[in-house]
Amino acid sequence: MIVKKQKGWKEIPKGGLILEAGNAEQYETGSWRSKRPVRDENKCTHCLICWVYCPDSSIIVEEGKVKGIDYQHCKGCGICAAECPPKAITMKEEKEFQEKEGAKK
Amino acid sequence: MSITTVAVTGNEVAAYAMKQINPDVVAAYPITPQTDVVEKFSEYVADGLVNTEFITVESEHSAMSACVGAAAAGGRVMTATSANGLALMFEILYIAASSKLPIIMTVVNRALSGPINIHCDHSDTMAARDAGWIQIYSENAQEAYDNIIQAVRIAENMKVRLPVMVMYDGFIISHGIDRVDVLDDTTVHDFVGKYQPNYPLLDVENPLTFGPLDLYDYYFEHKRQQVEDINNSKPVILEIAKEFREISGREYDLFETYQLEDAETAIVVLSSAAGTSKAVVDQLRQEGKKVGLLKPRVFRPFPYLEIAQALSHLKAIAILDRSISFGGFGGPLFTEIRSGMMEFGKTPENINIIFGLGGRDINEQDIAGIYKQLEEIAKSGKVKERIQYVGVRE
Ligand code: SF4
Ligand code: SF4
Repeated sequence: MIVKKQKGWKEIPKGGLILEAGNAEQYETGSWRSKRPVRDENKCTHCLICWVYCPDSSIIVEEGKVKGIDYQHCKGCGICAAECPPKAITMKEEKEFQEKEGAKK
Repeated sequence: MSITTVAVTGNEVAAYAMKQINPDVVAAYPITPQTDVVEKFSEYVADGLVNTEFITVESEHSAMSACVGAAAAGGRVMTATSANGLALMFEILYIAASSKLPIIMTVVNRALSGPINIHCDHSDTMAARDAGWIQIYSENAQEAYDNIIQAVRIAENMKVRLPVMVMYDGFIISHGIDRVDVLDDTTVHDFVGKYQPNYPLLDVENPLTFGPLDLYDYYFEHKRQQVEDINNSKPVILEIAKEFREISGREYDLFETYQLEDAETAIVVLSSAAGTSKAVVDQLRQEGKKVGLLKPRVFRPFPYLEIAQALSHLKAIAILDRSISFGGFGGPLFTEIRSGMMEFGKTPENINIIFGLGGRDINEQDIAGIYKQLEEIAKSGKVKERIQYVGVRE
């Protein structure tokens, strides 16, 4: 595990302000997930409903088609699976993948 | 530069100071005894005498929230409240200070329930003393006016950037008519200057986040910064007082002393009761008694060493608190001053007098009685009762 050196009180912006925009991306909320959405390419009609509903902008879309799911940020809320009209997304136990992928995240 | 003498109530002159400051935004809710500050100011708005965006809100929680939003957007923001209104703002007071928003608020001191009461004591602002705001107490309408104008400069100073509360006593000062020397509009306008926000949210070229979640990894560091900034305000308050003297001829310090230098005994008291005490000092001085007075002006940051030094030559002191810290060892002024004296290394004999709760009058005889008791303590070196209640029926 890499421990990042945290800054002291003289080094950080005052008032708790975050001065640069768009840095929420650096916060990898994917580690919160207990269930993982898995999309079945054969069932998916690319209606993009999941893309609209995902609260974490984790549905990756390129040229109007779903390309995949950003597991660094997907929290596993299951909204995409619930909203998908042809039921192309299934929520699977995160544990299964971790066992498969070994120690790495 | 011209000075006009007017006969006004404390509330009228507080509103007048706000008019001369001409803030970008005022968000306020009326509450006795502050009501006519807001009422009078809304007249200025209606008459087009200020450029202020006046936001009427449904509660003080909303008033302070709107102030926070407007200040984060980059505006110069003012408000006013009292007692229960201040209590309803409580959560947002901390947010204003920790977000470093230089909001200026007049607080007309009133007892914080209950049973419900509308008259003066300091239980409201003493309860808010740890919110991270600078706190300045005023003795009379003149000081209220002067402190509100100086507060703008203190709050907005680059080394400080913190909200400031300016207090004066409910009804005694807020509704009593007093003689006040007011400055002309241009002088006040030039003195407060133009406000330059550090990080205005409306600067769309430089987007940033206000008020993010701050957990165990950085919250403590942000609190440590607040300690530094409020302590840095002490020399700034003095610098601004000096500049203010140049435009007004009136002197301000972190605290005021009256006949203290050669005194043997003294009373320490905030706000309007200091005025009554000065009259008693004058009478007793005529009788040859060596009595004096110290009136703290700035309570946050508390000038504990400076006050302890100013009191160090005395034989006996009475520290008067117009509020109670239930179950604590005396009132807040008492504990702060005793702690300061301990640090300074000289602790004259001292007693704590709790007085004036819920608007109970303290008169000249009461104060003369306290000086008499101090004389006995100075002679005998013995304190019979450390914490006393003056003006309460047994
Ligand atoms: S909602 Fe379902 S069908 Fe529509 S794009 Fe997403 S996964 Fe495909
Ligand atoms: S599970 Fe939730 S966070 Fe993850 S992709 Fe689906 S909607 Fe987005």
